[in-house]
Amino acid sequence: MAILEVRNLSVNYLTDEGTALRAVEGVSFSLEQGRSLGLVGESGCGKTTAMLGILRLLPAEGRIVSGEVVYDGVDLLHVSESEMREYRWGRISIVFQGAMNALNPVRRVGDQIVEAIMLHESVDKRTARGRVDELLGMVGITSERASQYPHQYSGGMRQRAMIAMALACTPNILIADEPTTALDVMIQAQILDLLQKLQKELELCIVLVTHDLGVVAEICDDVLVMYGGKTAEYASADIIYNESLHPYTQRLLEAFPDVENPASTLASIPGYPPPLDALPPGCRFEPRCHRRKDICAVKSPPLLAVNSGHYVACHPDKGRLNGATNR
Amino acid sequence: MQQLREIWRTFRRRPMGIVGALMLFSVVFVAIFAPWLAPYDPDVKIDIDPEDLLAPPDVEHLLGRDDAGKDVLSQLIYGARVSLTVGFVASFMSMFIGTTVGLIAGYIGGRIGNALMRLTDFLLVIPDLPLMLVIISIWGRGLWKIIFVIGVLGWTYNARLVRSQVLSIKERQFVLRARAIGAGSLRIILRHIFPQVLPLILAQAVLSVSGAIIAESSLSFLGLGDPTLVSWGMMLNFAFERAISRMAWWFLLPPGFAIVWVSVGLIMMGTTLEEIVNPRLRTHHLFDPRHMVALIAGVRPRAEAEGAME
Repeated sequence: MAILEVRNLSVNYLTDEGTALRAVEGVSFSLEQGRSLGLVGESGCGKTTAMLGILRLLPAEGRIVSGEVVYDGVDLLHVSESEMREYRWGRISIVFQGAMNALNPVRRVGDQIVEAIMLHESVDKRTARGRVDELLGMVGITSERASQYPHQYSGGMRQRAMIAMALACTPNILIADEPTTALDVMIQAQILDLLQKLQKELELCIVLVTHDLGVVAEICDDVLVMYGGKTAEYASADIIYNESLHPYTQRLLEAFPDVENPASTLASIPGYPPPLDALPPGCRFEPRCHRRKDICAVKSPPLLAVNSGHYVACHPDKGRLNGATNR
Repeated sequence: MQQLREIWRTFRRRPMGIVGALMLFSVVFVAIFAPWLAPYDPDVKIDIDPEDLLAPPDVEHLLGRDDAGKDVLSQLIYGARVSLTVGFVASFMSMFIGTTVGLIAGYIGGRIGNALMRLTDFLLVIPDLPLMLVIISIWGRGLWKIIFVIGVLGWTYNARLVRSQVLSIKERQFVLRARAIGAGSLRIILRHIFPQVLPLILAQAVLSVSGAIIAESSLSFLGLGDPTLVSWGMMLNFAFERAISRMAWWFLLPPGFAIVWVSVGLIMMGTTLEEIVNPRLRTHHLFDPRHMVALIAGVRPRAEAEGAME
């Protein structure tokens, strides 16, 4: 049974002029215990917004306009704020983008993790401190470092400390929003290894938000490709890499270097993602699509189920997507 | 707290701040030990001999006597108590109110924040002194009334300062993270945002003490001080009314000098603190003294050398 079901989540941002920008529209996915999902897409396509929406941490201008976020049978969008606080970190924790800045600069790292633990569990400070040492050990930080301040850590250490903090209350789901941006390749590899190791040890669900398809291939069971706030394609990683059907996914994969053929030039997708205040009337990818048809410019494609667990938002072609059913 | 320790480390290298602090502490010292330092009881007339009224300084009365034959030096020493009490208590009040208003207006914002800031603007544009005069003359004279009026009218600048800081701090990622770990607004304000503005508030508080002392002196000088206590402003008032015409400079100059002394000391100290605190000092993990590496062989890192000295 799925531990987290997100159904048709839509988030708008209200502008000062009173118009609503549709940042996320109708995104659905489900997460099973111990599995991990990769959320892939260009900058500004709504990945982070969707994640913040799940935790109800959107900035003041953000509004969840529709959808359900069902965690273990409870719709998180309809619980009270104080109940929601229990879910945050206790069940679902998040490592923010650029997490190295997510530590309070004037408080000791250990104390901040203790704070997170004591907000959710009725343990005394001594027990919590013991747990902090353990957690920091897990991410390769010695326990003496717990009494230091964030500025005494290097960037990678702060990132790892944030991961330790994210695991402090043994959550079921860890949302990692580009956990490796701004880190060098060595540290990136360390952090990803760490995430994978922790996932196996703790039976954790990980939602990995990234633009790095290589990372997704390595870590994730399922992949959700987003474009312009909507789902483009959603399937297992295997299908995405080998039998992708959405033109955007295909182009994205072509834009990724191939180890077996390093000399070939990389393909790029001409154009830019649509600005949220001027979305195309039909398919959002239509202006950049290499397989566009007349219908694409006028009608937004529905999300079609191709096989069980493979969803594509694209208008069917002859020989392609035949037999796909509307979801 | 580590932040305060860091501020002290910078502060002690600034001569202006240190001199200011010494000037302040000399007055604090005098105020605390007034009964031992004052040669006479400031309230007791020493003699009713007409010769003694406004007698110039001599060996027995270093700063002469006032028009009632009382010792000026003793009044000056006891006056320090009044001025400092008013200064610190009123400043604490205005810091407390200003910080609370600034934190709420900055963090919560919206309509509540707007209403609070309009109230602040309203109080900010009314000139303080005339308003204080009006309130005190209606309400009556008394030390605690004066403290209350100064404290309640003096918080506006601090509220604006705190609010502007909070507006920028609340957008920082650790505040979002604090919400993500399930912390409520009160906890975020008190545990995550307040510590960040605290040094700024402390620097501001030092400056506001001098403002409160001057405000009390002004009120007393204008004849609205606590009639039962001799403060520096009160001495100036008496001197202005009765002594100037008789060229009794020993009655006029000392209280004026005392007010300037303590205000300048506070301002020097406060400005130095503000300079250190306001453009936020950022330290990098590589420049932490504990990890600082001496680049030239044989040169010990500064922190280590200091540690050896201590």
